[in-house]
Amino acid sequence: MLTAALRKELLLQWRSRAQFMAVFVFGAAALLLFSFAVGPVAEMLRQFSAGFLWLGLLLSSTLTLAESFHAEMENRAMEGLLLLPANPRALYYGKAIANWLQLTLLGIALIPVMVVLYDAGTTRIPMLILVIALGTAGLSAPGTLYAAMTAQVRSKQTLLPLLLFPLIVPALLASVKATSLIILGDPMNQMRSWIVLLASFDAIYWSLCGLLFGNVVEE
Amino acid sequence: MIGPDKTMHDDNNRFPRLPWILLGLGIIFLAIGSYIGLFVAPPEALMGQVQRIMYVHVPTAWNALLALTFAFVCAVIFLFKSDWKWDARMEAAIEVGVVLGFLLCCQGSIWAKPTWGVWWDWDPRLTTTAVLVFAFLGILALRKFVDDPGRRAIWSAVATIIASVDVPIVYYSVRWWNSLHQLQSSPSTVSRQFWLPLRMNAFGILFLMTAFIMLRARVASMRLAQELVPPPPAVGEGV
Repeated sequence: MLTAALRKELLLQWRSRAQFMAVFVFGAAALLLFSFAVGPVAEMLRQFSAGFLWLGLLLSSTLTLAESFHAEMENRAMEGLLLLPANPRALYYGKAIANWLQLTLLGIALIPVMVVLYDAGTTRIPMLILVIALGTAGLSAPGTLYAAMTAQVRSKQTLLPLLLFPLIVPALLASVKATSLIILGDPMNQMRSWIVLLASFDAIYWSLCGLLFGNVVEE
Repeated sequence: MIGPDKTMHDDNNRFPRLPWILLGLGIIFLAIGSYIGLFVAPPEALMGQVQRIMYVHVPTAWNALLALTFAFVCAVIFLFKSDWKWDARMEAAIEVGVVLGFLLCCQGSIWAKPTWGVWWDWDPRLTTTAVLVFAFLGILALRKFVDDPGRRAIWSAVATIIASVDVPIVYYSVRWWNSLHQLQSSPSTVSRQFWLPLRMNAFGILFLMTAFIMLRARVASMRLAQELVPPPPAVGEGV
Protein backbone atom coordinates (compact mmCIF):
# COMPACT_ATOMS: atom_id res chain seq x y z
CA MET A 1 0.00 0.00 0.00
CA LEU A 2 2.74 2.39 0.99
CA THR A 3 4.87 1.37 -2.00
CA ALA A 4 1.91 1.92 -4.33
CA ALA A 5 1.33 5.39 -2.85
CA LEU A 6 5.03 6.20 -3.08
CA ARG A 7 5.23 4.96 -6.67
CA LYS A 8 2.33 7.20 -7.63
CA GLU A 9 4.00 10.22 -6.04
CA LEU A 10 7.36 9.57 -7.63
CA LEU A 11 5.76 9.06 -11.02
CA LEU A 12 3.88 12.34 -10.61
CA GLN A 13 7.07 14.12 -9.64
CA TRP A 14 8.98 12.61 -12.54
CA ARG A 15 6.32 13.77 -14.96
CA SER A 16 6.39 17.30 -13.56
CA ARG A 17 10.17 17.61 -13.41
CA ALA A 18 9.94 21.05 -14.98
CA GLN A 19 8.50 22.10 -11.60
CA PHE A 20 11.59 20.76 -9.86
CA MET A 21 13.85 22.70 -12.21
CA ALA A 22 11.86 25.87 -11.56
CA VAL A 23 12.14 25.40 -7.78
CA PHE A 24 15.87 24.75 -8.12
CA VAL A 25 16.34 27.95 -10.12
CA PHE A 26 14.34 29.80 -7.46
CA GLY A 27 16.57 28.39 -4.70
CA ALA A 28 19.75 29.27 -6.62
CA ALA A 29 18.44 32.79 -7.23
CA ALA A 30 17.71 33.12 -3.51
CA LEU A 31 21.30 32.08 -2.71
CA LEU A 32 22.54 34.68 -5.15
CA LEU A 33 20.37 37.38 -3.58
CA PHE A 34 21.41 36.52 -0.01
CA SER A 35 24.98 37.49 -0.85
CA PHE A 36 23.82 41.03 -1.55
CA ALA A 37 22.62 41.25 2.04
CA VAL A 38 26.20 40.76 3.23
CA GLY A 39 28.25 42.39 0.49
CA PRO A 40 31.20 40.98 -1.41
CA VAL A 41 33.21 39.97 1.65
CA ALA A 42 34.35 36.41 0.99
CA GLU A 43 35.09 35.57 4.61
CA MET A 44 31.65 36.74 5.87
CA LEU A 45 29.85 34.93 3.08
CA ARG A 46 31.66 31.76 4.04
CA GLN A 47 30.63 32.24 7.67
CA PHE A 48 26.97 32.60 6.74
CA SER A 49 26.92 30.05 3.92
CA ALA A 50 25.20 27.32 5.95
CA GLY A 51 22.43 29.67 7.05
CA PHE A 52 21.92 30.91 3.52
CA LEU A 53 21.80 27.39 2.12
CA TRP A 54 19.11 26.41 4.61
CA LEU A 55 17.07 29.58 4.17
CA GLY A 56 17.18 29.04 0.42
CA LEU A 57 16.12 25.45 0.90
CA LEU A 58 13.35 26.46 3.32
CA LEU A 59 11.92 29.08 0.95
CA SER A 60 12.05 26.65 -1.97
CA SER A 61 10.48 23.92 0.13
CA THR A 62 7.31 25.95 0.64
CA LEU A 63 6.91 25.99 -3.15
CA THR A 64 7.42 22.24 -3.41
CA LEU A 65 5.16 21.47 -0.45
CA ALA A 66 2.37 23.84 -1.47
CA GLU A 67 2.30 22.20 -4.89
CA SER A 68 2.40 18.67 -3.54
CA PHE A 69 -1.37 18.31 -3.16
CA HIS A 70 -2.11 20.07 -6.42
CA ALA A 71 -3.01 16.89 -8.30
CA GLU A 72 -5.31 15.67 -5.52
CA MET A 73 -7.29 18.90 -5.55
CA GLU A 74 -8.28 18.53 -9.19
CA ASN A 75 -11.44 16.63 -10.10
CA ARG A 76 -11.95 15.70 -6.45
CA ALA A 77 -9.16 13.17 -6.75
CA MET A 78 -8.57 13.30 -2.99
CA GLU A 79 -12.03 11.89 -2.32
CA GLY A 80 -11.36 9.15 -4.82
CA LEU A 81 -8.13 8.26 -3.07
CA LEU A 82 -9.83 8.17 0.30
CA LEU A 83 -12.51 5.87 -1.05
CA LEU A 84 -9.84 3.29 -1.83
CA PRO A 85 -9.59 0.50 0.72
CA ALA A 86 -6.29 1.99 1.82
CA ASN A 87 -5.19 3.53 5.06
CA PRO A 88 -4.88 7.32 4.72
CA ARG A 89 -1.61 6.92 6.60
CA ALA A 90 -0.13 5.16 3.57
CA LEU A 91 -1.14 8.17 1.45
CA TYR A 92 0.53 10.49 3.91
CA TYR A 93 3.77 8.56 4.15
CA GLY A 94 3.89 8.10 0.40
CA LYS A 95 3.62 11.81 -0.13
CA ALA A 96 5.90 12.75 2.75
CA ILE A 97 8.64 10.40 1.55
CA ALA A 98 8.30 11.69 -2.01
CA ASN A 99 8.53 15.29 -0.77
CA TRP A 100 11.49 14.37 1.36
CA LEU A 101 13.35 12.77 -1.56
CA GLN A 102 12.63 15.78 -3.73
CA LEU A 103 13.82 18.24 -1.09
CA THR A 104 16.96 16.21 -0.42
CA LEU A 105 17.69 16.22 -4.14
CA LEU A 106 17.10 19.96 -4.19
CA GLY A 107 19.47 20.43 -1.26
CA ILE A 108 22.16 18.37 -2.97
CA ALA A 109 21.66 20.35 -6.17
CA LEU A 110 22.09 23.61 -4.23
CA ILE A 111 25.44 22.53 -2.68
CA PRO A 112 27.52 23.41 -5.77
CA VAL A 113 25.77 26.77 -5.99
CA MET A 114 26.68 27.45 -2.36
CA VAL A 115 30.29 26.30 -2.86
CA VAL A 116 30.77 28.52 -5.89
CA LEU A 117 29.04 31.64 -4.56
CA TYR A 118 30.27 31.59 -0.97
CA ASP A 119 33.57 29.74 -1.34
CA ALA A 120 32.24 27.20 1.15
CA GLY A 121 33.97 24.06 -0.05
CA THR A 122 34.21 20.94 2.06
CA THR A 123 35.52 17.43 1.61
CA ARG A 124 32.94 15.89 3.95
CA ILE A 125 30.29 15.53 1.25
CA PRO A 126 28.63 12.34 2.62
CA MET A 127 28.22 14.02 6.01
CA LEU A 128 26.75 17.10 4.35
CA ILE A 129 24.30 14.93 2.43
CA LEU A 130 23.32 13.19 5.66
CA VAL A 131 22.58 16.54 7.33
CA ILE A 132 20.58 17.69 4.32
CA ALA A 133 18.60 14.44 4.35
CA LEU A 134 17.85 14.73 8.08
CA GLY A 135 17.01 18.43 7.84
CA THR A 136 14.69 18.09 4.86
CA ALA A 137 13.01 15.14 6.59
CA GLY A 138 12.19 17.60 9.37
CA LEU A 139 10.70 20.00 6.83
CA SER A 140 8.69 17.48 4.87
CA ALA A 141 6.92 15.65 7.72
CA PRO A 142 4.98 18.61 9.15
CA GLY A 143 5.12 20.36 5.77
CA THR A 144 3.18 17.59 4.04
CA LEU A 145 0.55 17.55 6.78
CA TYR A 146 0.07 21.32 6.65
CA ALA A 147 0.06 21.22 2.85
CA ALA A 148 -2.86 18.79 3.02
CA MET A 149 -4.77 21.39 5.04
CA THR A 150 -3.75 24.54 3.25
CA ALA A 151 -4.22 23.07 -0.23
CA GLN A 152 -7.95 23.22 0.40
CA VAL A 153 -8.24 26.79 1.63
CA ARG A 154 -7.95 30.29 0.26
CA SER A 155 -4.53 31.95 0.18
CA LYS A 156 -2.60 28.73 0.75
CA GLN A 157 0.65 30.42 -0.29
CA THR A 158 0.49 32.62 2.79
CA LEU A 159 -0.87 30.12 5.22
CA LEU A 160 1.56 27.25 4.68
CA PRO A 161 4.73 29.20 5.60
CA LEU A 162 2.87 30.91 8.43
CA LEU A 163 2.12 27.54 10.00
CA LEU A 164 5.33 25.79 9.02
CA PHE A 165 8.08 28.32 9.76
CA PRO A 166 7.64 28.67 13.55
CA LEU A 167 7.30 24.92 13.85
CA ILE A 168 10.52 23.91 12.14
CA VAL A 169 12.73 26.33 14.10
CA PRO A 170 14.53 23.48 15.91
CA ALA A 171 15.16 21.56 12.68
CA LEU A 172 16.38 24.69 10.92
CA LEU A 173 18.62 25.63 13.83
CA ALA A 174 20.17 22.18 14.09
CA SER A 175 20.62 21.87 10.31
CA VAL A 176 22.31 25.26 10.03
CA LYS A 177 24.57 24.49 12.98
CA ALA A 178 25.52 21.05 11.68
CA THR A 179 26.12 22.34 8.15
CA SER A 180 28.26 25.18 9.35
CA LEU A 181 30.29 22.78 11.52
CA ILE A 182 30.93 20.75 8.37
CA ILE A 183 32.02 23.79 6.37
CA LEU A 184 33.92 25.75 9.04
CA GLY A 185 35.29 22.82 11.04
CA ASP A 186 34.21 21.32 14.34
CA PRO A 187 36.88 21.95 16.99
CA MET A 188 34.54 21.32 19.96
CA ASN A 189 33.11 18.10 18.52
CA GLN A 190 29.51 19.33 18.70
CA MET A 191 28.36 17.61 15.53
CA ARG A 192 26.94 14.61 17.31
CA SER A 193 24.47 16.53 19.50
CA TRP A 194 23.02 18.43 16.54
CA ILE A 195 22.61 15.22 14.56
CA VAL A 196 20.85 13.66 17.56
CA LEU A 197 18.55 16.69 17.87
CA LEU A 198 17.69 16.52 14.16
CA ALA A 199 17.07 12.80 14.30
CA SER A 200 14.79 13.10 17.32
CA PHE A 201 12.87 15.99 15.74
CA ASP A 202 12.38 13.80 12.66
CA ALA A 203 11.33 10.78 14.70
CA ILE A 204 8.76 12.80 16.68
CA TYR A 205 7.20 14.53 13.70
CA TRP A 206 7.25 11.57 11.32
CA SER A 207 5.25 9.56 13.82
CA LEU A 208 3.01 12.34 15.16
CA CYS A 209 2.04 13.72 11.74
CA GLY A 210 1.33 10.23 10.43
CA LEU A 211 -0.97 9.67 13.40
CA LEU A 212 -2.84 12.94 12.90
CA PHE A 213 -3.11 12.84 9.10
CA GLY A 214 -6.17 10.62 9.23
CA ASN A 215 -8.02 13.33 11.17
CA VAL A 216 -7.07 15.99 8.66
CA VAL A 217 -8.35 14.30 5.52
CA GLU A 218 -11.27 12.29 6.83
CA GLU A 219 -14.66 13.92 6.76
CA MET B 1 -18.65 13.74 10.98
CA ILE B 2 -19.79 15.67 13.97
CA GLY B 3 -23.20 17.25 13.96
CA PRO B 4 -24.62 20.32 15.67
CA ASP B 5 -24.90 20.04 19.39
CA LYS B 6 -27.62 22.01 21.13
CA THR B 7 -26.05 21.79 24.56
CA MET B 8 -22.81 23.39 23.47
CA HIS B 9 -23.79 26.95 24.11
CA ASP B 10 -25.31 26.05 27.46
CA ASP B 11 -22.17 24.14 28.46
CA ASN B 12 -19.96 27.14 27.92
CA ASN B 13 -22.54 29.34 29.61
CA ARG B 14 -23.37 27.21 32.62
CA PHE B 15 -22.16 29.85 35.05
CA PRO B 16 -23.18 33.11 33.39
CA ARG B 17 -22.06 35.30 36.29
CA LEU B 18 -18.77 33.57 37.09
CA PRO B 19 -16.58 35.28 34.47
CA TRP B 20 -17.72 38.72 35.65
CA ILE B 21 -16.97 37.85 39.27
CA LEU B 22 -13.54 36.53 38.26
CA LEU B 23 -12.95 39.66 36.20
CA GLY B 24 -13.67 41.85 39.23
CA LEU B 25 -11.54 39.70 41.53
CA GLY B 26 -8.71 39.74 39.01
CA ILE B 27 -8.73 43.53 38.76
CA ILE B 28 -8.74 43.88 42.55
CA PHE B 29 -5.90 41.38 43.02
CA LEU B 30 -3.87 42.98 40.24
CA ALA B 31 -4.41 46.46 41.68
CA ILE B 32 -3.36 45.46 45.21
CA GLY B 33 -0.45 43.33 44.00
CA SER B 34 0.81 46.07 41.71
CA TYR B 35 0.46 48.67 44.47
CA ILE B 36 2.55 46.57 46.85
CA GLY B 37 4.98 45.79 44.07
CA LEU B 38 5.39 49.42 43.04
CA PHE B 39 5.28 51.28 46.36
CA VAL B 40 5.65 48.93 49.34
CA ALA B 41 8.21 46.31 48.35
CA PRO B 42 11.82 47.56 48.57
CA PRO B 43 13.79 48.04 45.34
CA GLU B 44 15.96 45.12 44.41
CA ALA B 45 19.65 45.41 45.34
CA LEU B 46 21.25 44.86 41.94
CA MET B 47 18.66 45.94 39.39
CA GLY B 48 16.92 48.68 41.40
CA GLN B 49 13.53 49.97 40.31
CA VAL B 50 13.61 48.25 36.93
CA GLN B 51 13.15 44.94 38.66
CA ARG B 52 9.60 45.88 39.68
CA ILE B 53 8.39 44.84 36.25
CA MET B 54 9.00 41.30 37.44
CA TYR B 55 5.80 41.48 39.48
CA VAL B 56 3.80 41.52 36.30
CA HIS B 57 6.27 39.85 33.92
CA VAL B 58 6.63 36.57 35.78
CA PRO B 59 2.87 36.10 36.42
CA THR B 60 2.22 36.87 32.75
CA ALA B 61 4.68 34.16 31.77
CA TRP B 62 3.03 31.58 34.03
CA ASN B 63 -0.44 32.40 32.79
CA ALA B 64 0.52 32.52 29.12
CA LEU B 65 1.92 29.02 29.43
CA LEU B 66 -1.16 27.94 31.35
CA ALA B 67 -3.53 29.29 28.69
CA LEU B 68 -1.67 27.56 25.87
CA THR B 69 -1.44 24.33 27.85
CA PHE B 70 -5.20 24.54 28.29
CA ALA B 71 -5.52 25.03 24.51
CA PHE B 72 -3.52 21.83 24.01
CA VAL B 73 -5.76 19.96 26.45
CA CYS B 74 -8.86 21.27 24.62
CA ALA B 75 -7.40 20.15 21.29
CA VAL B 76 -6.76 16.62 22.55
CA ILE B 77 -10.22 16.34 24.11
CA PHE B 78 -11.83 17.68 20.95
CA LEU B 79 -10.10 15.11 18.75
CA PHE B 80 -11.23 12.30 21.03
CA LYS B 81 -14.74 13.42 21.85
CA SER B 82 -15.67 15.64 18.88
CA ASP B 83 -17.57 17.90 21.22
CA TRP B 84 -17.98 21.43 19.90
CA LYS B 85 -17.71 23.15 23.23
CA TRP B 86 -14.04 22.15 23.36
CA ASP B 87 -13.46 23.77 19.99
CA ALA B 88 -14.87 27.02 21.34
CA ARG B 89 -12.73 26.73 24.46
CA MET B 90 -9.63 26.03 22.39
CA GLU B 91 -10.24 29.11 20.26
CA ALA B 92 -10.64 31.21 23.40
CA ALA B 93 -7.54 29.77 25.08
CA ILE B 94 -5.34 30.27 22.01
CA GLU B 95 -6.43 33.88 21.61
CA VAL B 96 -5.88 34.75 25.26
CA GLY B 97 -2.59 32.84 25.25
CA VAL B 98 -1.33 34.72 22.20
CA VAL B 99 -2.24 38.07 23.76
CA LEU B 100 -0.46 37.14 27.00
CA GLY B 101 2.53 35.86 25.03
CA PHE B 102 2.73 39.11 23.11
CA LEU B 103 2.50 41.12 26.34
CA LEU B 104 5.21 38.90 27.76
CA CYS B 105 7.56 39.77 24.90
CA CYS B 106 6.79 43.49 25.30
CA GLN B 107 7.38 43.46 29.07
CA GLY B 108 10.55 41.45 28.55
CA SER B 109 11.85 44.00 26.05
CA ILE B 110 11.07 46.89 28.39
CA TRP B 111 13.00 45.12 31.13
CA ALA B 112 15.85 44.00 28.88
CA LYS B 113 16.72 47.42 27.46
CA PRO B 114 17.92 49.00 30.75
CA THR B 115 19.23 45.72 32.17
CA TRP B 116 20.96 43.98 29.27
CA GLY B 117 21.26 47.10 27.08
CA VAL B 118 19.35 45.47 24.21
CA TRP B 119 15.67 45.08 23.37
CA TRP B 120 15.98 41.50 22.34
CA ASP B 121 18.27 38.62 23.08
CA TRP B 122 18.45 35.13 21.65
CA ASP B 123 17.88 33.49 24.95
CA PRO B 124 15.95 30.18 25.03
CA ARG B 125 12.90 31.43 26.87
CA LEU B 126 12.61 34.63 24.89
CA THR B 127 13.04 32.83 21.60
CA THR B 128 10.65 30.07 22.59
CA THR B 129 7.99 32.62 23.56
CA ALA B 130 8.37 34.38 20.23
CA VAL B 131 8.18 31.10 18.32
CA LEU B 132 5.15 30.12 20.39
CA VAL B 133 3.36 33.40 19.63
CA PHE B 134 4.01 33.01 15.91
CA ALA B 135 2.99 29.35 15.89
CA PHE B 136 -0.34 30.08 17.56
CA LEU B 137 -0.91 33.21 15.47
CA GLY B 138 -0.59 30.90 12.47
CA ILE B 139 -3.29 28.66 13.94
CA LEU B 140 -5.59 31.64 14.51
CA ALA B 141 -4.99 32.64 10.88
CA LEU B 142 -5.84 29.09 9.80
CA ARG B 143 -9.10 29.34 11.71
CA LYS B 144 -9.94 32.56 9.89
CA PHE B 145 -9.30 31.05 6.46
CA VAL B 146 -11.32 27.86 6.84
CA ASP B 147 -15.07 28.44 6.54
CA ASP B 148 -16.31 24.92 7.21
CA PRO B 149 -16.64 24.65 11.02
CA GLY B 150 -15.93 20.91 11.10
CA ARG B 151 -12.70 21.16 9.18
CA ARG B 152 -11.71 24.31 11.03
CA ALA B 153 -12.12 22.60 14.39
CA ILE B 154 -10.23 19.43 13.46
CA TRP B 155 -7.43 21.16 11.62
CA SER B 156 -6.79 23.72 14.29
CA ALA B 157 -6.85 20.99 16.95
CA VAL B 158 -4.26 19.04 14.95
CA ALA B 159 -2.15 22.16 14.47
CA THR B 160 -2.40 22.99 18.17
CA ILE B 161 -1.15 19.54 19.14
CA ILE B 162 1.74 19.76 16.68
CA ALA B 163 2.70 23.25 17.87
CA SER B 164 2.52 22.25 21.55
CA VAL B 165 4.79 19.26 21.01
CA ASP B 166 7.26 21.68 19.42
CA VAL B 167 7.59 23.89 22.50
CA PRO B 168 10.05 21.78 24.53
CA ILE B 169 12.07 20.97 21.39
CA VAL B 170 12.39 24.66 20.53
CA TYR B 171 13.35 25.43 24.11
CA TYR B 172 16.13 22.87 24.32
CA SER B 173 17.46 23.51 20.83
CA VAL B 174 17.75 27.25 21.48
CA ARG B 175 19.31 26.53 24.85
CA TRP B 176 22.04 24.52 23.19
CA TRP B 177 22.44 27.24 20.64
CA ASN B 178 22.80 30.21 22.98
CA SER B 179 22.03 31.12 26.58
CA LEU B 180 22.03 34.20 28.84
CA HIS B 181 18.72 34.62 30.72
CA GLN B 182 18.70 34.69 34.48
CA LEU B 183 17.15 31.72 36.27
CA GLN B 184 13.38 31.47 36.37
CA SER B 185 11.85 33.39 39.25
CA SER B 186 9.47 31.52 41.49
CA PRO B 187 8.26 32.32 45.00
CA SER B 188 10.97 30.02 46.35
CA THR B 189 13.83 31.87 44.63
CA VAL B 190 12.83 35.32 45.89
CA SER B 191 12.61 36.58 49.45
CA ARG B 192 9.35 37.18 51.29
CA GLN B 193 9.05 40.93 50.60
CA PHE B 194 8.93 40.23 46.89
CA TRP B 195 6.83 37.14 47.30
CA LEU B 196 3.51 38.76 48.22
CA PRO B 197 3.05 41.07 45.19
CA LEU B 198 4.24 38.28 42.91
CA ARG B 199 1.60 35.92 44.27
CA MET B 200 -1.13 38.55 44.24
CA ASN B 201 -0.48 39.45 40.63
CA ALA B 202 -0.19 35.82 39.62
CA PHE B 203 -3.68 35.15 40.95
CA GLY B 204 -4.95 38.44 39.56
CA ILE B 205 -3.84 37.56 36.05
CA LEU B 206 -5.05 33.99 36.50
CA PHE B 207 -8.55 35.26 37.34
CA LEU B 208 -8.51 37.72 34.46
CA MET B 209 -7.31 35.04 32.07
CA THR B 210 -9.97 32.58 33.18
CA ALA B 211 -12.65 35.23 32.84
CA PHE B 212 -11.48 36.19 29.35
CA ILE B 213 -11.30 32.57 28.23
CA MET B 214 -14.80 31.89 29.55
CA LEU B 215 -16.28 34.97 27.90
CA ARG B 216 -14.44 34.35 24.64
CA ALA B 217 -15.51 30.70 24.63
CA ARG B 218 -19.10 31.86 25.05
CA VAL B 219 -18.77 34.13 22.01
CA ALA B 220 -17.17 31.32 20.02
CA SER B 221 -19.96 28.93 21.02
CA MET B 222 -22.62 31.39 19.92
CA ARG B 223 -20.93 31.87 16.56
CA LEU B 224 -20.54 28.11 16.13
CA ALA B 225 -24.18 27.51 16.99
CA GLN B 226 -25.11 29.98 14.27
CA GLU B 227 -22.80 28.35 11.73
CA LEU B 228 -24.08 24.86 12.47
CA VAL B 229 -27.76 25.70 11.94
CA PRO B 230 -28.76 24.06 8.65
CA PRO B 231 -29.53 26.67 5.97
CA PRO B 232 -33.24 27.39 5.43
CA PRO B 233 -34.74 25.47 2.47
CA ALA B 234 -34.62 27.42 -0.77
CA VAL B 235 -37.82 29.18 -1.83
CA GLY B 236 -39.92 27.09 -4.12
CA GLU B 237 -38.33 23.82 -3.10
CA GLY B 238 -40.94 21.07 -2.66
CA VAL B 239 -42.89 21.43 0.59
